[in-house]
Amino acid sequence: MQEKAKRREPDAPQPSTETPGTSSPRQTLELEEVRRRLKSASGPEFWRSLDELARTPEFEELLHREFPQQATELPQGVSRRGFLHLMGASLALGGLTACTRQPLERIVPYIEQPESLIPGKPMYFASAMPLDGFARPLLVESHMGRPTKVEGNPEHPASRGASDLFAQASVLGLYDPERSQVLRHNTRISTWTIFADEFRNTLQALSALGEARIRILTRTVTSPSLTSVITRVEEAYPGTRWHQYSPVSRDTERRGIEAAFGQTLSVRYDLSQADVILSLDSDFLTSGPGCLQYSRDFAGRRRSQDGTMNRLYMVESSPTNTSTLADHRLPVRASDIGSIAAALAAELGVPGATDTGDSSESDRIAWITAVAEDLKANRGRCAVVPGDYASSEVHILAHAMNEWLSNLGSTVILAEPVEERPEDESESMRQLVQDMAAGEVDLLLILGCNPIYETPADLDFEAAMTEVGYRVHLGLYEDETAEYCHWHIPEAHYLESWGDCRSFDGSICLTQPLIEPLYGGKSASEILSLMTADGESSGLDLLTAFWRKRIGTEPFEGTWRKWLHDGFVSNQEGRDVVATLAQGEVAKACQSIAEVSGSESGIELIFRPDPTTYDGTFNNNGWLQECPKPLTKLTWDNAALVGPALAQREGLANQQVIELTVGEQSLELPVWILPGHPDGCLTLHLGYGRSRVGRVGTGTGFNAYQLRHSHSPWLAAEVRIQKTDRSHSLASTQLHSNIELESRESEKRHLVRVGTLEMFEHEPDFAQHMGHAPSPELSLFPPIEYNGNAWGMSVDLNACTGCNACVLACQAENNIPIVGKEMVAMGREMHWMRIDRYFEGDLAAPHIHHQPVMCMHCEKAPCEVVCPVQATVHSDEGLNDMVYNRCVGTRYCSNNCPYKVRRFNFFKYNDTETPVLKMSRNPDVTVRTRGVMEKCTYCVQRINHGRIEAKKEDREIRDGEVKTACQQVCPAEAIVFGNINDPEARVAKLKASPLNYSILAELGTIPRTSYLAKLRNPNHDLEKTRDEGV
Amino acid sequence: MKASEGFQTSGAKPSKPPIVAPGHSPGSVTDQITAVVLSKTPRWWWVAFGFSFLLVLLLLRALTKLIFEGTGIWGLNIPVGWGFAIINFVWWIGIGHAGTLISAILLLVRQEWRTSINRFAEAMTLFAVACAGIFPLIHVGRPWLAYWLLPYPNTMDLWPQFRSPLVWDVFAVSTYATVSLLFWYVGLIPDMATLRDRAQGQFAKIAYGFLAMGWRGSATHWHNYETAYLLLAGLATPLVVSVHTVVSFDFAVGQLPGWHATIFPPYFVAGAIFAGFAMVITLAVPLRAVFGLKDFITTRHLQNMGKILLATGLIVAYGYLVEIFMAWYSGNWYEQFMILNRIQGPYQKQWMALLLCNVLAPQLLWFRRVRSSPLLLFLVAMFVNVGMWLERFVIVVTSLHRDFLPSSWGMYSGTVWDWATFVGTIGLFLALLFLFIRFLPMISIFEMRTIVPKQATDTTEEAAE
Repeated sequence: MQEKAKRREPDAPQPSTETPGTSSPRQTLELEEVRRRLKSASGPEFWRSLDELARTPEFEELLHREFPQQATELPQGVSRRGFLHLMGASLALGGLTACTRQPLERIVPYIEQPESLIPGKPMYFASAMPLDGFARPLLVESHMGRPTKVEGNPEHPASRGASDLFAQASVLGLYDPERSQVLRHNTRISTWTIFADEFRNTLQALSALGEARIRILTRTVTSPSLTSVITRVEEAYPGTRWHQYSPVSRDTERRGIEAAFGQTLSVRYDLSQADVILSLDSDFLTSGPGCLQYSRDFAGRRRSQDGTMNRLYMVESSPTNTSTLADHRLPVRASDIGSIAAALAAELGVPGATDTGDSSESDRIAWITAVAEDLKANRGRCAVVPGDYASSEVHILAHAMNEWLSNLGSTVILAEPVEERPEDESESMRQLVQDMAAGEVDLLLILGCNPIYETPADLDFEAAMTEVGYRVHLGLYEDETAEYCHWHIPEAHYLESWGDCRSFDGSICLTQPLIEPLYGGKSASEILSLMTADGESSGLDLLTAFWRKRIGTEPFEGTWRKWLHDGFVSNQEGRDVVATLAQGEVAKACQSIAEVSGSESGIELIFRPDPTTYDGTFNNNGWLQECPKPLTKLTWDNAALVGPALAQREGLANQQVIELTVGEQSLELPVWILPGHPDGCLTLHLGYGRSRVGRVGTGTGFNAYQLRHSHSPWLAAEVRIQKTDRSHSLASTQLHSNIELESRESEKRHLVRVGTLEMFEHEPDFAQHMGHAPSPELSLFPPIEYNGNAWGMSVDLNACTGCNACVLACQAENNIPIVGKEMVAMGREMHWMRIDRYFEGDLAAPHIHHQPVMCMHCEKAPCEVVCPVQATVHSDEGLNDMVYNRCVGTRYCSNNCPYKVRRFNFFKYNDTETPVLKMSRNPDVTVRTRGVMEKCTYCVQRINHGRIEAKKEDREIRDGEVKTACQQVCPAEAIVFGNINDPEARVAKLKASPLNYSILAELGTIPRTSYLAKLRNPNHDLEKTRDEGV
Repeated sequence: MKASEGFQTSGAKPSKPPIVAPGHSPGSVTDQITAVVLSKTPRWWWVAFGFSFLLVLLLLRALTKLIFEGTGIWGLNIPVGWGFAIINFVWWIGIGHAGTLISAILLLVRQEWRTSINRFAEAMTLFAVACAGIFPLIHVGRPWLAYWLLPYPNTMDLWPQFRSPLVWDVFAVSTYATVSLLFWYVGLIPDMATLRDRAQGQFAKIAYGFLAMGWRGSATHWHNYETAYLLLAGLATPLVVSVHTVVSFDFAVGQLPGWHATIFPPYFVAGAIFAGFAMVITLAVPLRAVFGLKDFITTRHLQNMGKILLATGLIVAYGYLVEIFMAWYSGNWYEQFMILNRIQGPYQKQWMALLLCNVLAPQLLWFRRVRSSPLLLFLVAMFVNVGMWLERFVIVVTSLHRDFLPSSWGMYSGTVWDWATFVGTIGLFLALLFLFIRFLPMISIFEMRTIVPKQATDTTEEAAE
């Protein structure tokens, strides 16, 4: 061991020489070849060659061929059974080798049962999930010590009970059997104590040679306690530099604010006060740290049909969920956003703003004039929201407009920065790479990020990093970066560790572990504590010590308990700040926009985080991989998204592989045509094409980072498209056919009913006249009477952004399996609820609608009549129940279901063999087997839970007491569930709304799930020009 | 009934081919038919049977995989929850209609020409029903629980859900299979006795003797026998109509556009007779050539079968037309879209092929020359066999694949295991058929014997005229 710790001469893998790099062509390796290579070796040499062999990508590939991944398994080829056997065996072997920890097992019942722990009853703990540093406040459901489901923390203002799809899927992330399970030194399994000793020795050795040049790389950090540990490390080793880098960085926002106000601030919006909102390429409803609150506030104002309904203008370069709710949407090229912002600012009369003047299109000028008029008319009650990925100039102009319109302090709030040490992350990363390449770094500590994968290709992090003598990686997975590090340490999942982090409004949330680390993972603070003067300490000690010191004199224990219970620290938010605009910045911004906008001509490439795998962090999460992306409905892949016009001009078809070239870098990937995508640009999502990831993520998508440039991370101004004659099949859950036909048919069938506010005022029940719902009296049968509870649901299309949180919540709540790309392509996805997406109107600039569809629980259910074995029957509360163990699987019910909400287990999709996955399941919901039909139950287990509670107290179930999983998670409160027999219930009131309608009501199924029609609030001036234009 | 008499008489005048070729005596009839069974096994039989048996093995392979892995080995999905299994089920059941129709209905309406084809048509029915019967069992997700569709007393005190057409199917198909088997076996008894008396080998004597159930040919025997046979024919007659009516309910009871139509029962029954007669022709033409039975299955038979094929084909074509008309007339957009989607959608080719096979090809049968040419008749019948399979494909798949919500539309195609199962059942059908023609008289000997003297008097009468 001592030898190995020798400085600068580690026997570490030198991947640059030993393994052909990721870019070099790989040769396939055959078993014969393996045998041949091993035959020539003997004794220790044998093991070395085996060892070397095991590290080569060819061997990896061979392994993958031998044990095909779960996700891409086809019925042809390897049998499911065979696969499960292998899985079982490999896990058992994995268990044998993982002898780093001998867990203490007590298989005895409690002698004194802990208070409040009742077997079979879940417990809830407040916690928070950090995503790129920003907290998602959560309430975690725990069954006998196993976290099974997360909900938003209802007491935290940034959540109010809602959460997003990443939080929902994080439970699967915790139980992912492919998470890194052992501490690894080079390729060998090691232990924490060995690492700690060696690490300390190395530090000593380094210090002895002079000032140790240490670099710490993390994602964006908002955690006060982690920052304090880093500060202590910096004190102990003055040569330490800390770099923060998140691939989805907020650099342009930060730069814009710094330029505009001369200081680093954070900005947030109070959309509940905004009558008019202008989004400059901002997807504020579904991305960014504040989206949950924005979504709720926006929906609140969207819902008010009493004349105070808000209006949203959207200028965007790549279609987003937010634009599906926009009243006016202007699709433009990304490079035009700046000139539009400048023109708007000039039109508003912002001092210093000049129209860069190349908007030759009269439509666009009319648009800008109308929007400016509307903003001016709503001074102080409007908001201009610049996008996270828009240039810093756009941010400056947005702030200037907000100040000019007196929005600062009312709808736009400036506050102290949320990050502990805000910095320009791209610049910081560039600095780090420079230092490393120059050989000026002795020790690199990579904490919870994967820079080799996620840094832009131009930086060449990989080459620079190999110049560092000692590299330590902490990560949830043995990923691309782990491969190139001397030490890899399994990271503790946020559900396994102590910590704190700030939410977007600056409030501090506490993260508390729900379970002991499954694989002995460590948190970033715990590793860093090795370097502090106080030595190693546990995450809990570090956290409590920090807070004890911070709050000073108060009796700590009581306060701490209260914080833990609430999930957040009270009275520690960042203060709101009043700031004034710096002089001359607007003019400067306009000038630089004018300089840029003159030159563009080529096709632009836009980068965005993926709606489901984000920046690649969630690439190995099957739920997120299989979650259909909101607009394309693609699963398991990313693609080059193009508009219909560009596709037609270039002769591109769906799934056709093209080669994109940006500068020196090129990437081959398939095309997907997205109606509404602006012309002249392509969108490419990050988060795919990982080279070292588990079975789930392997082979999915294409690595967009290869085309990304550190100076312009969100836009490549000039991209060349080279067509190939190959194609790559993409699995979409919608659009198996002609998109025009689909959208035409959906309009004809009045599935999504849309009206304008004016229509509504004129004729409130317009939506009900759109279809042909028969009167119930026309039936020959007497109406069925429901006494007591009658469960029903209302879905507000006016609020739904299509964010997919409900789909994931349903999956987590109801133990819904994933099926893999091939199965999705065949139409066998298992989601109980889906979000249908429809395009309305011209496909170049359509209105996009989202419609969540779950089981309608028809009162006259077509599925029930045709089941030969009574496996689907009606309950006396109007639920359409599925009796899994009675189902023989004729699939007749699905054929007869007009809403096609039933899902069939064509194979045994649920992995019931892998031990760790058993822990992830909701014990209140049956795990379905092969050959059985399943579907949405209205979360009957939650209804039953509510009923038991009500019975115990001898009362009726209260309204709002039972929430379905999809309802609970929805940030926009678009889904409301309850007893429709109770006239006071919220759902009953919503169903009484004139906007209420049922889809396919003409079939006489009397669905219990109904929809509220979507309303638009268009600007008259613009509506006119649009009509005239048509 | 009148119509059939009508075409018989109208066709009779110019040159009505006889039911049995002239010059036969009861003895020669018996000799010729029993010779097929009692002679040495020809080499070609082994080849043909061996090939069919290989296909049976393929069926077993496909079913084993299905039971072990799941329904997912087929091309099914959501929205297309039914595919080859149901298509094949309806196809085979349809084919199984001709036997009972020929035996029972034509017996009751005294169509004597039926005598030479009824035996193998009945056998064909049984084998087709056997093939059909496999599918409802295996198409379910958990085949080992398929018996839950039967009403049997159980500790759960649970009955099947009697409103479901699938439960009606269980009764309809099992009743049909039982009655068809009985009818066929009862018809075989006197011939078994003939074979018992003529067989040389000890084993054959015992086996046929056992199956003959002590038949001695006494007048009492004959009296009871005739009564029983007639009663069974009466019992079987409604089944011809009921089985496919119930099968059509599987679709008609559903609310899916393309399924939910009141024309389905008659349209399906006509389609079944159409398919059944096509299969009888498909089998009769090669059999009479190979075994030299042209004296018994004469041009007269072929012509009559051709006429029935044409008539039922026209009813089926009328069904297609009514579907289109009703879609327009109903004013129901879902129905109209379904028809447009059939005509223009992704399964357009199948629909066009269906029209070619089931509507255009049978029109050739208007020509006497086509009806009297075994080869042309065989070709038309082959078209119909394919066409009727396509018809079920169009009904099942194109209706399902694009129904109410455009978001849930999908596509369907059979996998290699779908095809293996289908081809496997064809193998099973052929294998059973080869066993039948080898070991049992494929033409009813005793009934043919009754025709010979009658035929003789008919011809003398004609000559006298």
